[in-house]
Order: sequence, then C-alpha cells, then structure tokens
Amino acid sequence: MTPVLELKDAAVRYRGTAADVVADVSLAVEAGESLALVGESGAGKTTLLRLLLGLARPTAGAVRFDGAGLNPRDREQMRRFRRSVQCVFQDPYSSLDPSRRVGAIVAEPLRSLGLDSRSTAAPKVAAALERVGLQADAVDRYPHEFSGGQRQRIAIARATVCDPRVLLADEPVSALDVTTRVKVVDLLAELKQERGLTLVMVSHDLSVVASLCERTAVLERGRIVEQGATSQVLGEPGHPYTRRLIESVPRLPV
Amino acid sequence: MTLLDVRGLTVRTDDGRILVDDLSFTVAGGERLGLIGESGSGKSLTTLAVLGLLPDGMTSSGSVELAGTQMVGAAERSLTGVRGRDAAVVFQEPLTALDPLMRLGRQIAEPLARRTGLTGKHLRGAVHQALEQVRLPEPDRIARAFAHEVSGGQRQRVALAMALACEPKLLIADEPTTALDVSVQAEMLELIDGLVREREMAVLFVSHDLAVVSRVTDRVLVMKDGRAVEQGVVHDIVRAPRETYTRALVASARKLESALDLRSAP
Ligand SMILES: Nc1ncnc2c1ncn2[C@@H]1O[C@H](COP(=O)(O)OP(=O)(O)OP(=O)(O)O)[C@@H](O)[C@H]1O
Ligand SMILES: Nc1ncnc2c1ncn2[C@@H]1O[C@H](COP(=O)(O)OP(=O)(O)OP(=O)(O)O)[C@@H](O)[C@H]1O
Ligand SMILES: [Mg+2]
Ligand SMILES: [Mg+2]
Repeated sequence: MTPVLELKDAAVRYRGTAADVVADVSLAVEAGESLALVGESGAGKTTLLRLLLGLARPTAGAVRFDGAGLNPRDREQMRRFRRSVQCVFQDPYSSLDPSRRVGAIVAEPLRSLGLDSRSTAAPKVAAALERVGLQADAVDRYPHEFSGGQRQRIAIARATVCDPRVLLADEPVSALDVTTRVKVVDLLAELKQERGLTLVMVSHDLSVVASLCERTAVLERGRIVEQGATSQVLGEPGHPYTRRLIESVPRLPV
Repeated sequence: MTLLDVRGLTVRTDDGRILVDDLSFTVAGGERLGLIGESGSGKSLTTLAVLGLLPDGMTSSGSVELAGTQMVGAAERSLTGVRGRDAAVVFQEPLTALDPLMRLGRQIAEPLARRTGLTGKHLRGAVHQALEQVRLPEPDRIARAFAHEVSGGQRQRVALAMALACEPKLLIADEPTTALDVSVQAEMLELIDGLVREREMAVLFVSHDLAVVSRVTDRVLVMKDGRAVEQGVVHDIVRAPRETYTRALVASARKLESALDLRSAP
C-alpha cells in the first residue's frame, strides 16, 4: 500500500542555523494507522510536522503525499492535500485569528474547501464544538475570551469539522486537564475507528501516545533513534534516550 | 509568614458572569501551593487577579494581599513595583508573553539589569547563565533568536528564565511545563524545587497534571466552575479525594496512567 505521507532521508536547515535541525529522517504513515512523534524539547518534532504539511521545505530528501512528491505549486495536488489533511498547531493562541469569532474560525475549513455555505456549516460547527466539550454559545465569542485549554479545543474542533483523512496534531492535549483530556482522546479514538482517520501526533504525554498510536518514532537531536510498534518502543525501549523518557514520566503517589 | 493572602476573591465580567467565585487561600513564604482543576475553571484568571492583570471588561472584588500590598482595586502605579520584585509570573502561553520583535536575550536582560544593575559583558554573562539554568542548549543562539525561531518548549523555558531572573519572593507559574517532554520537565521541576529551598521562594503552581503537582507542591486547591471544591495536602487528596469532581480527576489520571502500564508490561 502507498503510504499517505512519507519522509525519505529528509533534512531541514533553518536560515541562520549552522547545522541541519533534522537530518536523515525517513518515516511512512499508512492510511488508517497512527504515528506518534516523541522526543526531547527542541529535537525537531514540530519541524517534521511542518515538513509533512509543506510549510517547511526539505534541504535534502523528499516529502511524499499519496506517493507523489509534495509540491506546493501543484494546484491540483494542493487541493487534494487541503481536502485530506488538517492540523492542530502547538500554540493554539497564535493559530486562531484573534479578529474572528469562534464560529467563523471553526467553519473556516468547510467554507474554504467549498463544502458548505454559512448556514449548512452551522450545525457541523456546533457538533464539532460539542464533541470537544465546548458550549454552543462559544460561536459568538472571540479566542481571547477563552481559557488556554478551551482554545486548544477550538483548534481541535476546527481541524476535525471537515472529516479529514489525516490529522497532524502538535501536542493537541497538552493544555487539558485529565478529565477533558480523556474526552478528547476518546474522540480521536472514535474518529480513527469509525472514519479511519490517520493521525500523526506529537505528544510528550506517553500515556496518550500509548492509548492512540499504533506506531511511535523517537527523535533525539534531529534524528530518529528508534521507531516501531508503540508496544515495542515504549514496552521494551531499545535506545537509552527512550528509556530515560519512560523513566521520567511523573507518576501519581500510590 | 503569609506572603499571599487571598480572601473572597471574585472575578466577574462587565455583563455579570462570575468567573471566579469567592475564592480564599494563602501562601506562606517558601511554601508551594498547587492550583488544579478543569479546563476553564478559572485558574489562569485567579493568577491574573492576584497580580492585578485582569483583562479589560473584568473586575475583581474581595481581597488579595501580596507581600503587604492590597492588589484589588489598587492603582496601576502601586502594582508595578510588586510585580517582578515580589512576584513574577510565567504565563500559560509563552508566545503571548514574549515580545515577538525583541531578541530573547534582551527580554531576559531587562529584568536582570533592573535587579542587579549589571551592564555590558557582565549582563550578557548573566543572561547566558539564566538560559543555561533552564537547560537550554546553545544559549548564545537562543539569546540572539526571536520567539518564533525557537521550539515551543524552548520558549516556555525562556519565559521561566525571565521570571526567575527577577528572583521573586513568589513565583506564579501557569502550566509552565506543558510544552516540555517528561525528561526536561523533570529537570525544570527539580530546578524550581532547588530554588524554593535555596531562596525560600514561594510558588503558586497552576497545572492540570496531578502527578506534576504532587511532585512540586505541598498543598493543592482543586477548582471547578470558578470555585474551590477541595483544598488540602496533595498526598491526602490523591489518596482519598472527597469531592465528586476530585474523585473523577484522580480516576481519570489513574486511567491514563494505566494505558502506559499495559503497553510497557514486559
Ligand atoms: N525558525 C527557526 N529558525 C532557527 N531555528 C529554529 C527555527 N525554528 C526552530 N528552530 C530550532 O530547531 C530546533 C527544533 O525545533 P522544533 O520546533 O522542531 O522542536 P520540537 O521538537 O518541536 O521541540 P518542542 O517539544 O520544544 O516544541 C530547535 O533547536 C529550535 O530552536
Ligand atoms: N477575556 C475573557 N472574557 C470572557 N470570558 C473569559 C475571558 N477569559 C477567560 N474567560 C472565561 O473564564 C473562565 C475561566 O478561564 P481561565 O482562563 O481562568 O481558565 P483555566 O482554569 O485557566 O483553564 P485552562 O486549564 O483551560 O487554561 C473560562 O470559562 C473562560 O472561557
Ligand atoms: Mg514543538
Ligand atoms: Mg489557564
């Protein structure tokens, strides 16, 4: 089967940095299968998502979507890409347009993809907000009138409202308390199960990773040091960095 | 000695919605209090009210005494002295707190210079040290970078370094480790722990993570819908939560934790 998204020996160097920020990264995301990217702060996880989204260009190697090289100038491919792939950014506040009401923000994918008119979008927006535990009256308010975790859920509602095939999510539950977190994890699990959603998720919460992702790739200083089935990687970590990561998970006092 | 004394704190919007409802708690010098609760329960607004930083369209009532200064209803001028000197804050979303147009090094240098009077080479050295203290790699590059040129967790550590550079009597940290992987998080918690002991710094620590809160604080206050539902010693509350919401919180935390155990069972 052709992977939905694939990185092949990819490297990225930002302007002004002396060395590659990520290098030699190869990974493939099969349809309906979820991949977690974990690793130390600054290891390059967000950079890899930016590559997969076409927001960063590889300085070496390739990014493929449905088997073809991702090319932002190929309009037909970009249309398919935007119809298929949605994302949740790490910093919810800066990814929500402060001058627009939440209703318009969440409806945006439906509107820009030409799937809905304003009136046919409304019930879908309400349903998407409800699924993440936000009240219907949220549509009339602006992003700054919400708490951190509420803004994060607005971003999740926007990314899931149009039934994407693939969701790229950068720490999508980091600002959520555990009860809300369980709710959102259940929602994503349901989308996977019922709609065959493919999820690529960056998370430092290894229990969320274990609950949602079949595969895990561990990144250290821009390189993948270990990847495979999550049960294998987290259950029998082969790399010292992965072991350290698992040992550092804070546990509740018994 | 009581450093922060909050009594009957209530925050309402101009159109009459009550967002924080009759909240009371104290933090003594060198003490650590955790604030935990549901998303949207009023934790961040509480920290903003403590510092007199509520957004337009909201007012607070009740009493907030911070190092002897009444913060509720006080004139902006008398509050600026308190902020930084007596209390420093790490905001929940570092991007909103950092100036996008100013190099990160300069943003740390400002509070440092104010407190220490250092200049030039010595000030640069101190900035370097402040960045190293929060375990940022390549501190010199990060000092020269703008906020959008570093990773999410790096930004969060810059914000922590800025707050610590003030050597405040009270550190208010709103979800200061959400963007950090667990190993860097553990190091930051240790750093805060150490400073609490060395400097007798007090901490008001907002977090949604019970395990993290029980690692860094002595007492915890659990919030829901703007109210305190339970308050007490962390370990007691984790072991024997009394209120329905707290019980659900502990149960969810254990449920998530067990996902990890299943997979990592040999
Ligand atoms: N625009 C940029 N210019 C220069 N360097 C950058 C830029 N963006 C990121 N970096 C650097 O690239 C490295 C990888 O950053 P990235 O954001 O991918 O990390 P991350 O794994 O997502 O970390 P975190 O968990 O802290 O969010 C970091 O050292 C960061 O400082
Ligand atoms: N500027 C504002 N105008 C109106 N309502 C607001 C404003 N800021 C916050 N609120 C509301 O006040 C309540 C408390 O918000 P607060 O940010 O204190 O929550 P929180 O406990 O910090 O949540 P989280 O864990 O999600 O960050 C929320 O329901 C939020 O929607
Ligand atoms: Mg990141
Ligand atoms: Mg908050």
